[in-house]
Amino acid sequence: MDARFDTVSDVRDHLKQVDYLADEGISGVVYLADRLGKPVLVEGPAGTGKTQLAKSVAESLGARLIRLQCYEGLDEAKAIYEWNYKKQLLRIQTERNTREAVEQEGGKAAWDDISTDIFSDEFLLTRPLLEAISADDPVVLLIDEVDRVEVETEALLLEVLSDYQVSIPELGTLTAKQIPLVFLTSNNTRELSEALKRRCLFLHIDYPDLEREKEIVLTKVPDITEALADQVARIVRSIRQLELKKSPSVSETLDWARTLMILGVESVDESTATETINILLKYQSDIAKAVREFSKDQAAFKAVG
Amino acid sequence: MSVVDDASPPATTGRPILELLEGFIVELREAGLPVSLTENLDAMEAVKHIPLEDREAFKYALAATLVKSNAHWRAFETVFEVYFSLRGKQFTISDGDELRELTDDDLDAMEAMEGRQGQGMQGGGGDALTPEQLAEMLYKALMEGDEAMLRALARQAVKRYAGMEPGRPVGGTYYLYRTLRNLDLDSMLERLMNQAREDSPAPMSSLEERLERDEYELRIEDLKKEIEAEIRRRLVMDRGVEAMAKTLRKPLPEDVDFMHASREEMASLRKAIYPLTRKLAVRLARKRRHGRKGPLDFRNTMRHSLSYGGVPAEPKFKYPRPAKPEIFVIADISGSVAAFARFTLHLVYAISNQFSKVRAFVFIDGIDEVTSYFEGVEDIGEAVHRVNTEADVVWVDGHSDYGHALEVFFQKWGKDIGPKTTVLLLGDARNNYHASQSWTLKEMQHKARHLYWLNPEPRSYWDTGDSIVGEYGVHCDGVFECRNLRQLEKFVDNLV
Repeated sequence: MDARFDTVSDVRDHLKQVDYLADEGISGVVYLADRLGKPVLVEGPAGTGKTQLAKSVAESLGARLIRLQCYEGLDEAKAIYEWNYKKQLLRIQTERNTREAVEQEGGKAAWDDISTDIFSDEFLLTRPLLEAISADDPVVLLIDEVDRVEVETEALLLEVLSDYQVSIPELGTLTAKQIPLVFLTSNNTRELSEALKRRCLFLHIDYPDLEREKEIVLTKVPDITEALADQVARIVRSIRQLELKKSPSVSETLDWARTLMILGVESVDESTATETINILLKYQSDIAKAVREFSKDQAAFKAVG
Repeated sequence: MSVVDDASPPATTGRPILELLEGFIVELREAGLPVSLTENLDAMEAVKHIPLEDREAFKYALAATLVKSNAHWRAFETVFEVYFSLRGKQFTISDGDELRELTDDDLDAMEAMEGRQGQGMQGGGGDALTPEQLAEMLYKALMEGDEAMLRALARQAVKRYAGMEPGRPVGGTYYLYRTLRNLDLDSMLERLMNQAREDSPAPMSSLEERLERDEYELRIEDLKKEIEAEIRRRLVMDRGVEAMAKTLRKPLPEDVDFMHASREEMASLRKAIYPLTRKLAVRLARKRRHGRKGPLDFRNTMRHSLSYGGVPAEPKFKYPRPAKPEIFVIADISGSVAAFARFTLHLVYAISNQFSKVRAFVFIDGIDEVTSYFEGVEDIGEAVHRVNTEADVVWVDGHSDYGHALEVFFQKWGKDIGPKTTVLLLGDARNNYHASQSWTLKEMQHKARHLYWLNPEPRSYWDTGDSIVGEYGVHCDGVFECRNLRQLEKFVDNLV
């Protein structure tokens, strides 16, 4: 297998070119995934760029991204492959019609013909997993929100994840021509099965630290001044330290920064922060708490000084 | 990297690293992390690709292959620090002078700093500093957020204040405490804040003030971590890796005892509750749907028999109608189970988010319904606060009296218990030698679908002293020891 990345820092450079700022952990694990040929299970709070990581890796490698969105009730036919019944039926119909017209030698041989025929590639509808396995061009497979499927359905993924192959009873086993990079994301709403975890490298993406968040803001929001980006990152970090129902995610930070740009704010003061905080926080109780926190210090300070 | 590991030369792929890794994995397993054989092999494969010298990357590589849950990260990190603290760039610690292992930049900064203060280098480098100077340098470093400097100062501080002696059998926390006491970081924070206020051109708004404070607090937190790491490094030098790993071993979040959980541990427990209650909800729901076949459905059978000419060839059964489960949670919130009670309330809150019909009751010697406190509340802290302040749970003296509480419960709300109700009792059954009134439980068990008792005490304490869990237990469908998340999870899993 030829490696996609040379070193850990090569990963970081690649990702940086497509505006994804990876930290040590992220780039290290992506590098390992490439070297060991193992899927990566990405976990962490919502809106920290888990899905974006897969997209960016695909973009930086110039690979096609194949995405399988998981949901409750996902099954084999939606995830791996399905026989195209209509087409099969049509094929049989045509066969019979022609036979009847010609009225040639009968019976058994014709049946064999058809049955091998209708279970061939032509009648196979590939779904994301099979598509990733059978692709000739470089692909990145993203299995999004894997924690949404039931524990039983997880088992569907195991064969693909560990051996990069798909077994179809009528056709035999299809093995991958190349080992694709696989990312699974999870919001950790439930514990994933041991079997799945064992097959993957584990990567936890948390909220970025101050420096990285500032960098992200600077990269993603055009024309923002460094001072404002710094302030935005600081305020967000401060808010995240509160015990909230839902902490602001990176994407919300970006939204907020963009809003501030549109409003033409050059430096955030209390009133601007209070007025626009509903972009960062989505629950009324969280907003109230944050506003209270920010004005509380003032009171305490006055009392002291 | 400028400084290379000089004790075990071919550090990247040779045997020593594999042996080290083996010990490391054994220790991880000892600490309770589930490391399987495949993961072990993956880790060995992974380290071939990542050089040991790049310590951070190395750490992440090991974590990615060995640790499959974020909750286990802390435990992993501790073990990693112990096993690999002597590797990488800060390899040797000789007692003479610390400064030798610092990178040149650090050294220059130090010297410059000392030079500025007009002090010559006497004897072993940093020893020349007086405590005041050290404090002053620390202050400057914190002010500027100079990480390299902070690291160097952390070492100095440990060396100077911790008073570490080889072979002395005290834990790392003792040294940490001694060091921190001498540094007095609280007043340092105030000083930094005052300086920041003076420096800012206009009076600081509360927002700015807060941001500054956050920044400094974080830096001080980092400094504490550095100090801790330094102490650990020195202890490892002194006592050896295995011994240190054993003393530092902390329980995983799922093994933390509810009764003795620290604040920090409590927070991680809280996060873990939610998936668990979801699982609980799924369990109970599934039980409803996949229950055994019901009795014969005569009408349906007759109707189907028509297609067989009136012969009831295909018997039809009634399937039990899915009923929404009702849950009654009755929790002891007295002082003896205070820590557990806090956790209990969080559990109740989480459960009430999952089920439509949950009623919560709390008691000490009186009992009160607190269901409404949890309804439509977005902030659990507030609900808990209200429960603790508003609920009318004290009848006489505020010492738990299970007998009275249960009796009142049964009189007031007993009629609401029906065949769909599952009753969960949470408490240690330490009744202060009051009457047990266990007949109430017997009655409840008759009426309810299930009656479970979760006891936060170790099983060996049950029925000792004033604990009468045995007396109550005979009337329950099950009494379970529930001291940590693992046991709670087991209870949920077996709830079929």
